[in-house]
Amino acid sequence: MTDYTATVTVRLKRGVLDPEAKTTQRALERLGFDLSDLRSADRFEIDLEAADAEAAAERASEMAERLLANPTIHDYDVTVTKR
Amino acid sequence: MIAIVQFGGSNCDRDALRALGDLGIDAEIVWHEDGLPEGTTGVMLPGGFSYGDYLRAGAMAARSPIMEQVRAAADDGTPVLGVCNGAQIGCESSMTPGAFTTNERARFQCEHVHVRVENADTRWTRAYEEGQVLELPIAHGEGRFEITDDALAELERDERILFRYSDRDGNVTAEANPNGSKDNVAGILGEREHVAVMMPHPERAALADIGITDGRGVLGGFA
Repeated sequence: MTDYTATVTVRLKRGVLDPEAKTTQRALERLGFDLSDLRSADRFEIDLEAADAEAAAERASEMAERLLANPTIHDYDVTVTKR
Repeated sequence: MIAIVQFGGSNCDRDALRALGDLGIDAEIVWHEDGLPEGTTGVMLPGGFSYGDYLRAGAMAARSPIMEQVRAAADDGTPVLGVCNGAQIGCESSMTPGAFTTNERARFQCEHVHVRVENADTRWTRAYEEGQVLELPIAHGEGRFEITDDALAELERDERILFRYSDRDGNVTAEANPNGSKDNVAGILGEREHVAVMMPHPERAALADIGITDGRGVLGGFA
């Protein structure tokens, strides 16, 4: 078994309104920053042991499917690094 | 006996108990870790902030062990009503489609709204006429109904939309939509008619002493 960190990034699907991101964007613009768009995402870093990177990614994906993301509104991606 | 499931952070459980009691409906508050009691004939998932709304409103409670029991009871025909946080839990547990997420204006809204009864042919709405306008309170930060266009069309086709936000005359308009819900949807049915979720609070509109009573008919669905 090897120690991995799986990083799960959960973001709203394109086209789903993100009021918090819009508010944050407006606040940045009020501070004088110039930007075209802003999206926010949740990132989860999960330390786990697995036989290989593929198994680690698979387990993290299942975590995303079953809890971390809501498939109605979210997309997610998973990356795995050795720890 | 109607089980009002109390999670850590539920805060409408006692309102529900009092409102159901006033309707002469036997109900009991049930701590989620204790599981559904024998003789449960209905389940109410009350409003509040279960698990502090961690991750997403309703996400944690939806995956707690008692929800397996609630799902099994619903499969056996036991009526289940989710209100506000209970509605978020219902959608997070996939008992009802779609999701309730951050309000369009990204703030908590606590106010009275109007909803139009879209389908009066359900146990939750049989006390009303189709097209009737109800005044009900809302109190939520994550009440914006989101759903894919296909799933919304299916809800529409199967007449599973219970309520839409409207003005006091029953016009479903963008101005009457308090939170940006898709198609002004305020309450829906699950795959079967005895499972329903809604963001407005019928239990807070059930006692004449404290104001409006338009919600009594919804709770009467447990009778």
